Amino acid sequence: MIKFDNVSKHYPDSSVALEDVSFSVEPEEFVSVVGHSGAGKTTLLKMLLAEEKPSKGKVFVSDTDVHSLRPDDMNTMRRNIGVVFQDFRLLPHKNIYENIAFAMEAAGRPDEDIDADVPYSLELVGLERKMWSFPHELSGGEKQRAAIARAIVNQPDIVIADEPTGNLDPENTYEIVQILKKINELGTLVFLTTHNTGVIDALGNRVITMKGGRVVKDDREGKYDV
Amino acid sequence: MEQFTTAIRRIVRSGFHNFWRNGFVSLASILVMVITLSVLAATLFGGEILSSALTEFRSKVDVTVYFQTDADEADILAVKEKLEQLPETEAVIYTTREQRLADFEDRYRNDQTKLAALEELDENPLGASLNIVAKDPSQYEGITAFLEGETGALSNRQSSIIASTNDQQKQLVIGKLTNILNTAEQLGILIMAALIILSIIITFNTIRLAIYISREEIAVMRLVGASKTYIRGPFVVSGMLYGVISAIITLALYFPLTYWLADFTEGFFLGFNIFGYYLSNFGYVFLWVVISGILLGGVSSYLAVKRYLRV
Repeated sequence: MIKFDNVSKHYPDSSVALEDVSFSVEPEEFVSVVGHSGAGKTTLLKMLLAEEKPSKGKVFVSDTDVHSLRPDDMNTMRRNIGVVFQDFRLLPHKNIYENIAFAMEAAGRPDEDIDADVPYSLELVGLERKMWSFPHELSGGEKQRAAIARAIVNQPDIVIADEPTGNLDPENTYEIVQILKKINELGTLVFLTTHNTGVIDALGNRVITMKGGRVVKDDREGKYDV
Repeated sequence: MEQFTTAIRRIVRSGFHNFWRNGFVSLASILVMVITLSVLAATLFGGEILSSALTEFRSKVDVTVYFQTDADEADILAVKEKLEQLPETEAVIYTTREQRLADFEDRYRNDQTKLAALEELDENPLGASLNIVAKDPSQYEGITAFLEGETGALSNRQSSIIASTNDQQKQLVIGKLTNILNTAEQLGILIMAALIILSIIITFNTIRLAIYISREEIAVMRLVGASKTYIRGPFVVSGMLYGVISAIITLALYFPLTYWLADFTEGFFLGFNIFGYYLSNFGYVFLWVVISGILLGGVSSYLAVKRYLRV
């Protein structure tokens, strides 16, 4: 489903973000990428979303080199990947319903589907009662749940979560992890980056450890060990 | 087709939402655009004032040829015909000896000394005249040269029938006024062009700043797979909305402003009533200001978003 093939990313100031990174992830897997700040976790996700181009190597999603896609195909590919950010990145001038509907509108989905699917996704994350609130009216945990609802509303094959619990208290962290697990159980590949030892240990899934831009460990049932 | 109309409907709705929910940013953009559109409208009025004043002035400048009292009317009409054939000539008005006398008596009807002196004479002392209006004040030189016989209009025989022309006195004034008007016109165009460019730059930067605030939002939209057109659309709609509202405010402001300036322009610019012009040409001014507003808002937004779409 996802394949990094000898991917390196060097910046003009000679700093190295990734160095010969190779691994693949199968459909319906739950993979966590761990490492200190600057280890290359976020660069990895940016490569996957074609936000950044590799200096060397290729990144494949469903056997397609994401950096060779035409703009229209790139949009289609991105609609098939749900993204959750540490800082939520909800659209501040849209209410929660509109934030989630936006992802569907962008995919050209009809109004009837939007009317049915947006409340359903909000129900999945337990936020149906905050549908008409604006982001600034929600707590951090609620914002992250709304962001997850947006990520899953188009029923993507892949959900990427970049430090989704980084700004949350332990209680909300637990809730977010449970939601991500539920999403994975429904058949979606979840690709998570985190610093949180507790999260990794609680998940007991595959863990890829990164250091200095390289993959130093890839355990099928890993623990947090950086 | 249905998908297209749905997308348009969503873009327009989203544009209205953005406009309403970013109230403060919208207000700031509208205020700046009102200034820009006011400058554009001022250009329109300024151009009209200048052109009207020039036309009025040109129609007042003329050259008059006075003929000898014994000049044959057929000869005078022959000169008139030749003058009318000149490309520089706008009109040639023939005044007979009798008409000139009547005009003189009418003008000095309260001046008994002049009228008494006239009665002392046995016959009408005034010769017929030709009043020549050129298409442009700068062309009087050509006409007077023609009258002087350079082009052969007045042969030796004909020149004897001319008593005098007033072109010598007017030549200098005409030349100076033409220069002043041309310089004023060029200077006016330059100043207005500079003002227009400056206000467009200010508007563009204001809208760019308004969109800069949304740059993260734009990046997120790209990452959830929205196309560039779908992201850009609502910003362009908001920009056009700024333009329409600014145009309406500008047009409303010009009512009291032109009303207040009407007396001044009428006195100073040879009878041009700016308020009357505004009322009688409201449709034209409305289209000019509204279309400028829509274009300015729409194009500025289009260009400003472009910068943040490279995700």
